[in-house]
Amino acid sequence: MELTLWTYEGPPHVGAMRIASSMKDIHYVLHAPQGDTYADLLFTMIERRGQRPPVTYTTFQARDLGGDTAELVKKNIKEAVERFKPKTLLVGESCTAELIQDQPGALAKGMGFDMPIVNLELPAYSKKENWGASETFYQLTRTLLKEKVSSSDRINPLRWRKLGRRPKVNILGPSLLGFRCRDDVIEIQRILSEQGIDTNVVAPLGASPDDIERLIDAEINICLYKEIAEASCEWLKRNFGMEYTNTIPIGIKNTIEFINEVHEKLDLPLTNKEELKNKSKLPWYSKSVDSNYLTGKRVFIFGDGTHAIAAAKIAKEELGFEVVGLGTYSREMARQVRATAKDLNVEALITNNYLEVEDAMKKAAPELVLGTQMERHSAKRLGIPCSVISTPMHVQDVPARYSPQMGWEGANVIFDDWVHPLMMGLEEHLIDMFKHDFEFVDGHQSHLGHTATNTNNILNSDEKKEKNSKEGIIWTESGRAELTKVPFFVRGKVKTNTEKYAILRGILEISDETLYDAKAYFS
Amino acid sequence: MSKVEFNKETGPREVFCGLTSIVWLHRRMPDAFFLVVGSRTCAHLIQSAAGVMIFAEPRFGTAILEEKDLAGLADAHEELDRVVNDLIARRPEIKTLFLVGSCPSEVIKLDLATVAEKLNKRFLGQVRFVNYSGSGIETTFTQGEDGALKALIPLMESSNEEKLLLVGTLANNVEDRFKKIFRNLGISNIESFPPRQSTELPKIGKNTKVLLTQPYLSDTVRDLKHRGCEIISAPFPLGIEGSTKWFLAAAKTFKISELKVHEIISPLIKRAKLALDSHKEILKGKRLFLLPESQLEISLARFLHNECEMDLIEVGTPYLNKDLMKEEINLLPDNTKIVEGQHVEKQLDRVRESNPDLVVCGMGLANPLEAEGISTKWSIEMVFSPIHGIDQAADLAGLFSKPLKRNQILTSKTLVTH
Repeated sequence: MELTLWTYEGPPHVGAMRIASSMKDIHYVLHAPQGDTYADLLFTMIERRGQRPPVTYTTFQARDLGGDTAELVKKNIKEAVERFKPKTLLVGESCTAELIQDQPGALAKGMGFDMPIVNLELPAYSKKENWGASETFYQLTRTLLKEKVSSSDRINPLRWRKLGRRPKVNILGPSLLGFRCRDDVIEIQRILSEQGIDTNVVAPLGASPDDIERLIDAEINICLYKEIAEASCEWLKRNFGMEYTNTIPIGIKNTIEFINEVHEKLDLPLTNKEELKNKSKLPWYSKSVDSNYLTGKRVFIFGDGTHAIAAAKIAKEELGFEVVGLGTYSREMARQVRATAKDLNVEALITNNYLEVEDAMKKAAPELVLGTQMERHSAKRLGIPCSVISTPMHVQDVPARYSPQMGWEGANVIFDDWVHPLMMGLEEHLIDMFKHDFEFVDGHQSHLGHTATNTNNILNSDEKKEKNSKEGIIWTESGRAELTKVPFFVRGKVKTNTEKYAILRGILEISDETLYDAKAYFS
Repeated sequence: MSKVEFNKETGPREVFCGLTSIVWLHRRMPDAFFLVVGSRTCAHLIQSAAGVMIFAEPRFGTAILEEKDLAGLADAHEELDRVVNDLIARRPEIKTLFLVGSCPSEVIKLDLATVAEKLNKRFLGQVRFVNYSGSGIETTFTQGEDGALKALIPLMESSNEEKLLLVGTLANNVEDRFKKIFRNLGISNIESFPPRQSTELPKIGKNTKVLLTQPYLSDTVRDLKHRGCEIISAPFPLGIEGSTKWFLAAAKTFKISELKVHEIISPLIKRAKLALDSHKEILKGKRLFLLPESQLEISLARFLHNECEMDLIEVGTPYLNKDLMKEEINLLPDNTKIVEGQHVEKQLDRVRESNPDLVVCGMGLANPLEAEGISTKWSIEMVFSPIHGIDQAADLAGLFSKPLKRNQILTSKTLVTH
């Protein structure tokens, strides 16, 4: 049993709903009680969809449990098929139905329908949303393509030459309730098209079962979101020999590497290598002198595996930040996140507990947080600027404007979204220069920087804890005064370090001198 | 009783479960914690309905069952014990802890009553434990509050003191208004259930006159009756008419003259009617379809027809207690079609066929209907907004006139500039 006040991921059947709702001509009969219908609002309110998810809930009640819930399942399947006439039917159960073991998938298969039926078994007590989405997409792909395995030749990625046409690829992984998927797909298709590569199928977003059957008309697969599509890509590789890409095109370096990878896999010569460097404004914006102040900015990153790893790379290599924390709630991608963290000399935080993330954030004393909507709230409480880089989805993460994360435009969006919450370079420089002028009031700083780093707040908010946990260390008048002179954006860090130093040396009263001793010690 | 047409429907439903009521119950009692014993789905449901992220640490959470908890119930009890210990260590300010049953905990027959009993002994004098079920196989949306209140009744001491007990969660400002009006009427001993502090439960007994503020409290009413309380029969205090009759019914029980009531509330009524006028202008003659969700539907239909002159196409309700709703049903126009239960697909077919001007529905259905060109009002807002009482009548009407007004603005063909 795990005490959960808030969870980054929903249950696995919500993942299945994401696949079903992303697609056309599919219906999902979900054996579930009435309360589970809340999940519709994720799509209709958060994603602002004008259609109901294609889901029929059996909504069994306590009084049905004594009777025949299996009959209820069959009745709902029959009605759903008659009403919605899907080309493929998904059948599954949510947590409660899993306990009563009606096996709705098996029941559906015994009802004599012509259409393919996918029996979804998504263990609700051990798995979560992204796993459920991945498994659903995989089971669907497998069901619709398994008969073609024996009759098809292995797919040679170079066959497009012989066929006398442009190479074709599938873009796999984008789904509803995925972070900026709608716009990433457009951006990636545009990039591929510029390189003379056609998109065969985008799935699950916007695809129909017929499209899934056409996946093998392409030469290779683009695995755009590993959380959703890696299992399917792996199956297509094993059974049809379709290669798939490994690079996620978020950031300039990754986008260029991605284009290289696609060209290599297709044996397509890359003719515009030099041109690629100028496709996005990010490299120049990052190079321009105003961005000098970004150097070494301490950044804390937490999100799903795909976006957290990409953010770490961009932060360090493209914006010159210092990554002081990296973590994910995607247990399936823990290994990769750990590897990235190791390269950055930080310890990866793998957790589904937002309070642990908030604690880690506090300890790391970052100047910028890149996280989910939950980290945005935590950062707000700590007075640290934040930009959202990952699901879970919030209505704000579905902007009206074109706003991808991937490719050239994605890099532009990222530059703006990450840098704007920080103060503009000149502004920061001026504040630093004039902060001792009498006109300048502590707390006058623009943006978020001031709310928690106000010295009094820092000292007061932790006072109670301090007396207990920090062995009664006291800040003297001179210590406090010196701390207010420290630029607000590093004040939290200076305070923590000074206290650490005081504990180390057994110092009970922190004066201005202690502050400088600690500074020298840690530098 | 007016000639109302009653129908029952079964089939797939589109409603929240009783866990959702935690969202307003925890705000009402800031010293209580609601611990759902359930699945990740339960946790996800509550956070999706409640906008949990605004809290540093919410006063509700879920003990999420894992595979090993399903293997043996003994272990599950032990695990729950551990979770509760951790929670109380973390939140020492909590005075009452509600253990809330869910669909999975009910199906595996996790005995929360026994767990609560054991914990009560251990934490005697520190925290009280109460259990109830908010499961979707037994409860709908607002019925969760019914369960929570019913669970508190055994903790309420007996007293034969005469008092007026307002039962059902109210917004604090509305509660204050009501109490002021009752005091002006000459009723001085007024208490509320649930109270603002979970530990300050009212004492009840044969001189307790219960006046319901919410229509979804069937089980609570039954148990209050068993404790000797008198239930005042009245419509619910939504709109001017409902609130007036509600005050009158209470006054009658306390032998206060009608004249006195009118003297006190007629200035309020006058003012409320004035405020209501601009909304009535928009709502008048518009056709309304209410889908089942909050159990407030019948009272809302009565208000929107009688005071705002809307036409009622269909009044859905997840559950109908004809006895509790008697006074409300009497006020409905003849031939009102009430549908208890739901077959969401068939009901949506009827919505489309009847081409209503406004549909009251849940959040899952609102945008899809809007996309089809049908204006909607989400029902969950009714349980989060202060809508009770004469002074709030215009605000209540405003919840319904706003979508229509907005629609009018957005579809107007020409922009006149001066």
